[in-house]
Amino acid sequence: MTMSKLSICLTLIAAALLAGCGKEQTQTITLSGSSTIAPLMVDIGKRFEAGHPGIRVDVQAGGTSRGIQDARSGLAAIGMASRSLDTNESDLTPYLIAKDGIAMIVHRGNSLNDISSEQVVNLYTRKVGDWRELGATPGPVVLVHKAEGHSTLELFLKYFKLNNDEIKPDLVIGDNQQGIKSVAGNPLAIGYVSIGSAEYEAQHGEAIKLLSLDGKQASTEALLDGRYPLTRDLNLVIRGNPSASVKALLEFAQSTEVADLVAEHYFIVATKR
Amino acid sequence: MSLNTTSSLQPSADRLLRSASLLCALIAASLLLWILLFLTQASWPLLQKPAGLMSANWHPSSGEFGLQAMLGASLLSSLLALLLAVPAGLLVSLWMIFYAPAYLARPYSAMIGLMASIPSVVYGLWGLVVLVPLLNQWVPPGASVLAAGLVLALMILPLLVVQADTTLRVAANRHLAPALSLGVSQWSVIRRVLIPASWPRLWPSILLQLGRALGETMAVMMVAGNVVQWPMTPFEPVRTLTANIALEMSYATGSHLEALYVSGLLLLILALLLMGLARIYGSRT
Repeated sequence: MTMSKLSICLTLIAAALLAGCGKEQTQTITLSGSSTIAPLMVDIGKRFEAGHPGIRVDVQAGGTSRGIQDARSGLAAIGMASRSLDTNESDLTPYLIAKDGIAMIVHRGNSLNDISSEQVVNLYTRKVGDWRELGATPGPVVLVHKAEGHSTLELFLKYFKLNNDEIKPDLVIGDNQQGIKSVAGNPLAIGYVSIGSAEYEAQHGEAIKLLSLDGKQASTEALLDGRYPLTRDLNLVIRGNPSASVKALLEFAQSTEVADLVAEHYFIVATKR
Repeated sequence: MSLNTTSSLQPSADRLLRSASLLCALIAASLLLWILLFLTQASWPLLQKPAGLMSANWHPSSGEFGLQAMLGASLLSSLLALLLAVPAGLLVSLWMIFYAPAYLARPYSAMIGLMASIPSVVYGLWGLVVLVPLLNQWVPPGASVLAAGLVLALMILPLLVVQADTTLRVAANRHLAPALSLGVSQWSVIRRVLIPASWPRLWPSILLQLGRALGETMAVMMVAGNVVQWPMTPFEPVRTLTANIALEMSYATGSHLEALYVSGLLLLILALLLMGLARIYGSRT
């Protein structure tokens, strides 16, 4: 009984292997660019490969400008750009796959509800060191900051025009979860994390509060409507007309089939799905 | 007896076992060598300019890769952990051997065994959500050398107790009855005879635990605060070498990546030194 089952299995495996051998030529789609998008595209690529035998997806990180360059020169079939395209880049076609946004968070017990960009800059450069000066319950401010190299840090520094060397944090964190746990455990802390995970954790009972930025409410909904400013687009860009397989990958990356992967990487699924 | 004869009658099985064990030993040794070579090679360009690595400034984006403050943080937090865990561990095992009633000592030692098998990240999580907020109420920001030392101490304590327990029991079996029959008090026996007699065996296990504390990554990263600096008080945050690798590895490129490999090499050398010391002390018995 077991022997016959085993032999059936072996036959099936052999058949599958032979079928694989039949379609000999594999096609490689090369992506290059933003290191923010690269990890997401690696995952999307894996799922795409599973559904499209014979196509290999090769993802290389090297920064948005390299992605633009490689898409132009044809070194990569698809470039990855973690921003919208400039006017002088109209030779390329963008495909929005997700949005990235960050929220300023404090402990739920903090009386502050709104923060201005200027206040954020003053806090992170230590020009202001006490919550009293922001009109909240007095106490020394505990600054939660991200470790070098994270995309969230990049966006934060760029938006507030800060230089990482002038920031003297009290706490440096790796991922969003650690940041949320750190702020939830400390009534004096302020930090910034991916808006998607902050919103999710705040709704599921973590003791954190998302601050409005310059009077604009921080939520994924506001971000998608374009009402929340601290955000950027994650685009795939191509030049000219895509081949059938590249077109399939672009459509796949924008489809609902990968929505869970987008969320897993703490990005926000773009509206048009 | 019969087992002995059969195996000696089957020289082929014997030879197979010998070559299999030799092969495994060789693989393990060459893997270590390979890791050492790989780390040296990967960090070689930066090792050419050791002056930059000795500084206390870690600003990868502006090309400053000083490891001094992080090496200091690794050593400080681990030594603090030993300082807390060794006396506590000795006292606990003495209590288990000499003072605890049997109905308590057995479940207690089972509990210690359980504690030893808890993954370190669980201690880290506890530290992050319980210990750090508590310390924060005392002296903000809470995440600090002290928090790291406490979590590490908790992490190494169970194995220290287990090892101290074994060693002290052996010494007690040998020396306790003769010493007591000379009319010496129990406390004097413990202090003058048992601890000195078991010290040569305790010392290597303490060094091994120091190695574990130095190498711990997740638990420390969660509670130490990860700011690169020399702490002026125990309440200031620090970043250890291991936490630095974990925090920045996935995003680092070029010299930044090389600097992380140097941290890895440094940790490996530290670990090898500790193992060497442990062996030297161990062989003295």
